[in-house]
Amino acid sequence: MVKPSLFLWGVAEITAASRSPLSLSLISHRAPSERLLFWAPSKMSCRIAQIHKVSSHSEVYEPCDDSFALVDALLADRTNLLEHKPTLCLELGCGSGYVITSLALMLGELPGVHYIATDVNLHAVRVTRETLQAHNVHADVIATDLASGLDSRLAGLVDVIVVNPPYVPTPDDEVGQEGITSAWAGGVDGRAVIDRILPVVDKLLSDRGWFYMVTLTSNNPLQICRQMKAGGYASRIVVQRSTEEESLHIIKFWRDSGDPMCKKETATLKKTSSGKVMDSVLSQIHRLPFWKKVESND
Amino acid sequence: MRLLTHNMLSSNIKGVINGFPLGIVVEKVIEKPVEMNPDFLKNMFAKIEWKALVDASRSMGYTELPEQADSSMLDSVDFLQRFHHALLELHLEEGALVCPETGRKFPVNKGIPNMLLHEDEV
Ligand SMILES: C[S@@+](CC[C@H](N)C(=O)[O-])C[C@H]1O[C@@H](n2cnc3c(N)ncnc32)[C@H](O)[C@@H]1O
Repeated sequence: MVKPSLFLWGVAEITAASRSPLSLSLISHRAPSERLLFWAPSKMSCRIAQIHKVSSHSEVYEPCDDSFALVDALLADRTNLLEHKPTLCLELGCGSGYVITSLALMLGELPGVHYIATDVNLHAVRVTRETLQAHNVHADVIATDLASGLDSRLAGLVDVIVVNPPYVPTPDDEVGQEGITSAWAGGVDGRAVIDRILPVVDKLLSDRGWFYMVTLTSNNPLQICRQMKAGGYASRIVVQRSTEEESLHIIKFWRDSGDPMCKKETATLKKTSSGKVMDSVLSQIHRLPFWKKVESND
Repeated sequence: MRLLTHNMLSSNIKGVINGFPLGIVVEKVIEKPVEMNPDFLKNMFAKIEWKALVDASRSMGYTELPEQADSSMLDSVDFLQRFHHALLELHLEEGALVCPETGRKFPVNKGIPNMLLHEDEV
């Protein structure tokens, strides 16, 4: 969650052989849309938001490595999402609108999907609306705390939820300040907002719902996955990315109720687990240094 | 904001019990045509509070929805078109949403409802 200081021209390594969004997301570290423009403008530029069309404001979080990683994760899962045919999709903390716009564009061929995006920052909701308009897609945007006001009527109805939360570890009193600070300040272990998001997601997600969230290693993603597991959710890492500053995991959660969609998720996992990224969350995070700490915390 | 989202929004003020549906004060409504998708409408029908949609579309100046509706009507193209128009094509661009219990107004500017609460409301 740091502004990219220089643009790595890793794009030069991307050849025609790596045309699937997945392999693209494995190789690259910087703005997908910038790479995509360079790489296959006519075909791909319509699929996700274009950086130069993303609106901005000094108090609004600009798309950054974490935003790009989340969009890469959605792109990597796009085929599954198209088959899944969500009806209602929701983003909590939409910021510039880069993610919800990209989701609406990449699922553009699905007829009849309704998108809702929320943010607690009044500048952010306006910027999101401008970004959506610039790309000619629609989402209803609401200024609210997480899903406050939506949670009773939308309970159990949302098929896809995406969140790039404020995850940077800070003192708790920095959380929820006005303006740009609230975009990244995550409290102790960066968990203050994440821990409020999880029960909201559990309430809103439909039985076949999928939830994608960005986490930082210091957020203790293993503990998040175990906590979600206790609530009946399976999970997997869709994208794992290390930059100079941080190590990010984009994790996907779904209700592990043995329904066909879950079986499908399991099948996807098996199919792709020979690849580098699609390992199960637990087996990956076992190897991380905080594993011991987690064990003793339980 | 479309009326589909209005149908999913309640007053979030602490202590309010009957926060749904929010009243609508209209300053500006815009219509944006979108392609109709019968499957989406059939899927959404069961999730919509019909009376709230009828009242909301009335406040927005659209009076063509029947007072009562049941799922058998989803076979009628005429009904689907009206339902589609009310649910997805009418946008509240400027105005306010009103808490049915307290009368508190939530402003809507540039199509965006502001549901942020004051300190004494959370
Ligand atoms: C890391 S930024 C992500 C922005 C955008 N989704 C992206 O990926 O580029 C986190 C966003 O969450 C918003 N946010 C923080 N706390 C929130 C809350 N309690 N409810 C809603 N949004 C919140 C911030 O204003 C900020 O826009």
